[in-house]
Amino acid sequence: MKKIVSSIRIALRALKVNRMRSALTMLGIIIGVAAVIAMVAVGSGATARIQDQIQSIGSNLIIVLPGSISSNGVRLGSGAVVTLSEDDAKAIATECPSVASVAPTVRGGVQVVYGNNNWATTAQGVTPDYMTIRDSTMMLGQFFTDQDVDSAAKVAVLGQTVARNLFGDSDPTSQAIIIKNVPFTVAGVLTPKGQSPSGQDQDDVILLPISTAKQKVLGANKANAKAVGSLMVQAISPQAMDSALQEIEALLRERHRILPGLDADFTIRNLTEVFAAQETSARVMSILLGAIASVSLIVGGIGIMNIMLVSVTERTREIGLRLAVGAKTRDILSQFLVEAVTLSLLGGFIGILVGLASSYLISYFAQWSTVVSPMSIALAFVFSALVGVFFGYYPARKAAYFDPIEALRYE
Amino acid sequence: MPAVISIQDLVKDYKVGEIPVHVLKGISFEIERGDFVSIMGPSGSGKSTLMNILGCLDKPTSGVYKLDDVSVGGLNRDQLAEIRNRKIGFVFQQFNLLARTSAVENVELPLMYTDVSSQDRHDRAMKALHAVGLEGREEHQPSQLSGGQQQRVAIARSMVNDPHIILADEPTGALDSRTSIEVMAIFQKLNRKDGITMIVVTHDPDVAAYANRSLHFKDGKLQLDERIEHPSDAQKDLQMLPPEEPEEVAA
Repeated sequence: MKKIVSSIRIALRALKVNRMRSALTMLGIIIGVAAVIAMVAVGSGATARIQDQIQSIGSNLIIVLPGSISSNGVRLGSGAVVTLSEDDAKAIATECPSVASVAPTVRGGVQVVYGNNNWATTAQGVTPDYMTIRDSTMMLGQFFTDQDVDSAAKVAVLGQTVARNLFGDSDPTSQAIIIKNVPFTVAGVLTPKGQSPSGQDQDDVILLPISTAKQKVLGANKANAKAVGSLMVQAISPQAMDSALQEIEALLRERHRILPGLDADFTIRNLTEVFAAQETSARVMSILLGAIASVSLIVGGIGIMNIMLVSVTERTREIGLRLAVGAKTRDILSQFLVEAVTLSLLGGFIGILVGLASSYLISYFAQWSTVVSPMSIALAFVFSALVGVFFGYYPARKAAYFDPIEALRYE
Repeated sequence: MPAVISIQDLVKDYKVGEIPVHVLKGISFEIERGDFVSIMGPSGSGKSTLMNILGCLDKPTSGVYKLDDVSVGGLNRDQLAEIRNRKIGFVFQQFNLLARTSAVENVELPLMYTDVSSQDRHDRAMKALHAVGLEGREEHQPSQLSGGQQQRVAIARSMVNDPHIILADEPTGALDSRTSIEVMAIFQKLNRKDGITMIVVTHDPDVAAYANRSLHFKDGKLQLDERIEHPSDAQKDLQMLPPEEPEEVAA
């Protein structure tokens, strides 16, 4: 231990002799380490943002949409005919063991008026289960209850965007708004969720009890009063997603009397899976950025090797003298190895500081979220030490096997 | 007196391309412990090669070299380094001090490769520097010392590990005559007071005159082995010189 400390002292002194050269050599490692840390930070920032967005749409979420149906050979577009009903929702909730809860929804575009302000948005008719399925919470007021749904109460819950556009900064709760000439009371405002993974503003929405929405706002389907636009289903756990999908498929085919082999009149989508793919691509991106950055670390290492070779040649006589007075092979080897590692570790340390600073600057100026993981710092540090050992070994070995006579005579 | 160095039929060949060059052509001699031997000869006589072998920096092609009854021929690189470290001190013509390193740290260098603690190292280096008359210059760097002072630092370095032998290769080659005598005075003191075996390679008969024995080489062979009955006394010679001018300090 004492020996290592004194070796490091000797190495530092040798590096101090050629300050400029040591600094420039270190610069290679500094840039390499800083690049790795900053790039990984940008990459993990992107991954973290996508994870947040996936969280925002709700966990273990499955959406059942009305599908295309063929009528006398004419295929109609998806959703053209409403095939899902509130009864389907109830059936899924009670009969599928992998399903935690189901929220039937209807949706449509509406114009909302408050005083002199008005705003075009999407109205969704939902049940209180919607809140748990979407992992939503209330920022102000209360969500409507099952009684409100049963009694088709004229209450509305606003998304943040809608609230801001109609009410500005004032509190919208208990205020009266008008949707399609029907007065509603604002029950509360949702906690903002921001963008969905597909880029939609999830706060530009107004939630109504599904019954009220169908009867007063969006208009009920004349043929089937119980028809709904889509079903949001939450599986009991991420592992239960696949079985939930199968159970829903089987149940709905049975309920809709679709013979085996025929196309279903509904589509089931595993939303989490769709967006998890995006997360994977972001992660690949961050690995790629890190890999490119580590190339510069290797280039920095080659710089160290180059300078150590120059240094060994310059100090041939010194090496010869040390060998003559009794330095063993491993003494010279460790002297130059410690010097190379000191150089690279010092560079690595400064590089970490520069990397932290630049990831902060990136998030400040480019408004990108960056996440510096302690793991990437530790990795960069260890990697820079390894670069020192790897690229310092050859010059050190060369020095250690000098012929003392030749080395002493070297001019 | 037992022999500290014993050499028998020592041969050293170098290969220059395909042609072998015979540098040492079968040399035998012994050096007793506590002796002061000069090795003389014209350039190309093989005296430097012999010096390298005596200093365990090089190995003979054939023949036996025993140092303290240990045959050196079969030892590997690191074992030779250990012998150099423990038993041999080197003094070179060009001093070979580490630049930008203080005198005391230069002297400590051989002890860096031993188990001696850093405090001990420092104390022993200071003692060695004082023994060669460099009190007050311990923290000077080589560039701040005169040639004679630099060579004295080198001598302090050669004796700091209490060697059995000090090998000096043209130690006065880069010095004026006065500092040459000063250096020889230190050698005689080390030889007589501390009983260190001194071996000095030189082509200067005045320098060889301070030794007790002189080995003359020519064409890779030992030509003359003469014992000097009354070697010069460097200390006395110094007193006979005109008073010392202020020592010149190299820029």
